[in-house]
Amino acid sequence: MFNRSLAGNLEDRWREYKRNRYLFLLFLPGFALFLLFNYVPLYGIMIAFKEYRVTEGILGSAWAGLEHFNRLLAGEAFLNALRNTIIIALLKMGFGFPAPIALALLLNELRLVWFRRVVQTVTYLPHFFSWVILAGILFVFLGSDGAMNKLVGLFGLERQLWLLEPDYFYGIVVLTDIWQSIGWGSIIYFAALASIDPTLYEAAIADGASRWRRVWHISLPSMMPTIITLFLLQLGNFLTVGFDQIYNLTTATTLEVGEILDTYVLRRLLTMDYELGMAAGLFNSVIGILLVVTANRLVKWYDREQGLW
Amino acid sequence: MFTRTWGERLFDWFNFLFLLLLGLCTLYPFIYVLTLSLMTPADALAMRVNFIPDNPTLASYEKVFAHPYLWQAYFNTIVRTVLGVSLMLLMTSLVAYPLSRRGFSHRGGIMKLLVFSMLFNGGMIPMYLLVKNLGLLNSVWALVLPGAVTAFNVIIMKNFFEGIPGEIIEAARIDGAGELRIYARIILPLSVPVLAVIALWGAVTHWNAWFDAMLYMHDSDKQVLQLFVRRTVIEEAVSLTPGEELNREAYTPETLKAATIMIVSLPILMVYPFVQRFFVKGVLLGSLKG
Repeated sequence: MFNRSLAGNLEDRWREYKRNRYLFLLFLPGFALFLLFNYVPLYGIMIAFKEYRVTEGILGSAWAGLEHFNRLLAGEAFLNALRNTIIIALLKMGFGFPAPIALALLLNELRLVWFRRVVQTVTYLPHFFSWVILAGILFVFLGSDGAMNKLVGLFGLERQLWLLEPDYFYGIVVLTDIWQSIGWGSIIYFAALASIDPTLYEAAIADGASRWRRVWHISLPSMMPTIITLFLLQLGNFLTVGFDQIYNLTTATTLEVGEILDTYVLRRLLTMDYELGMAAGLFNSVIGILLVVTANRLVKWYDREQGLW
Repeated sequence: MFTRTWGERLFDWFNFLFLLLLGLCTLYPFIYVLTLSLMTPADALAMRVNFIPDNPTLASYEKVFAHPYLWQAYFNTIVRTVLGVSLMLLMTSLVAYPLSRRGFSHRGGIMKLLVFSMLFNGGMIPMYLLVKNLGLLNSVWALVLPGAVTAFNVIIMKNFFEGIPGEIIEAARIDGAGELRIYARIILPLSVPVLAVIALWGAVTHWNAWFDAMLYMHDSDKQVLQLFVRRTVIEEAVSLTPGEELNREAYTPETLKAATIMIVSLPILMVYPFVQRFFVKGVLLGSLKG
């Protein structure tokens, strides 16, 4: 009885595969490429637990246990990178996250539609440039003869070497992050505002609600699901603080404050200390996935319909 | 009904001015670099704030255009962008189309594999070793193959394909069309909007990419444009005036840097106004749940 149903199942499966055989043929090349570059590298994670020798390969090298993790946590460099990452993450969450929400609200209150379009087009622009270009612009703009020093000079203040000064580094990182992402980030909030039923506002006006009250009682609550979802997603990506931006803005004198987990891993890669770099990378990935899973739980708890999966 | 109190009028003015200022601040660094790239050394060094160069000159551009590495880097970036986007569209749609079909085996399991890849990866070291072991170092394939099929793009495309009515596919099959013909003659022509969004994003991503080239491309003739900017403007490891004294009459190091930035940004600046709305559409497509 059991065997017969198993055989029947297998037969069904076989028939299904046969029916789908041409679809499989279309599917396989791309899917193989996907597996090769997304799943094959996972076995390289073993390097974190090995004495890796290139000649013996990853599998052939001897096990090292947790030695590399001990080395990692004993070294000042890794802890410094972790601390910097957390500081930048908190700053970006505190200042970078609310900025596009505020922009969307202000854009929504604008009566001049053409002006709103202009502001949107302009603020989206920096998003389309790589951080190499943006950092290049900033190096010129904030350079010793740059525009910022000319502006500062107008007020009789002294010139500064903005990007060489460790004290300014986090401020510059936060401000330029807003510069690059505020417009683009506002799109999704603005879409949420645009989908609000206009009769809600009309009814509120008829009831004598002021502009401020309409924002507070209609606009903001309508954006809330979007805000909460994106906040939790950002929480999930807490340790991803913008490698491209920070790596390109760092100078010889700001290396200490500009070292984050990703740049730490890169430096280990470049000095061929693969084991230590992999241990740090794995630490980063594991914390990352724990945060994402927790954040997704929280999203679901807030609203069953939302969330990544 | 639309009479406004003076407080609201004040707010409107304040809001207008604030957004105007925000727009100007966003744009000013770009305008500054454009202006500087057209300046003579005397104007560039003067401590004045100006938006329009008094004596515009193309001397800095001429100098950068004469750089031996620039054209090679430009060519390499164009090659990776064209090859990368073509491969991305072909491979992604070939993966997404079967997944959009209800009868396709193991859809659920495959979707889980896709989603998991967005949450967890080995990081840069295993990726580097993989590319190295595949013998792809210093090859353009190292730049176009890893990003050809991403979970994000597959899910967006699959969602779009699912919106195409099944009756059309059924009808084609009854008329004797095979799967390849259905994919190429029916699905792809009906999916131009999503293909365009993914192609545009892919093009911007490839045009702007530098990190993969920094890791995988070691030969100096394999560099991409972004790395040319990084080496000359940020690291100053490569001179913008190789093998000769700086001609201080014609340009300064800063005007040369500004010209380099403009030369690399120009293609994006030129197409941006026309394609901006497609990108906005893309954001809203991407925010749909997979």
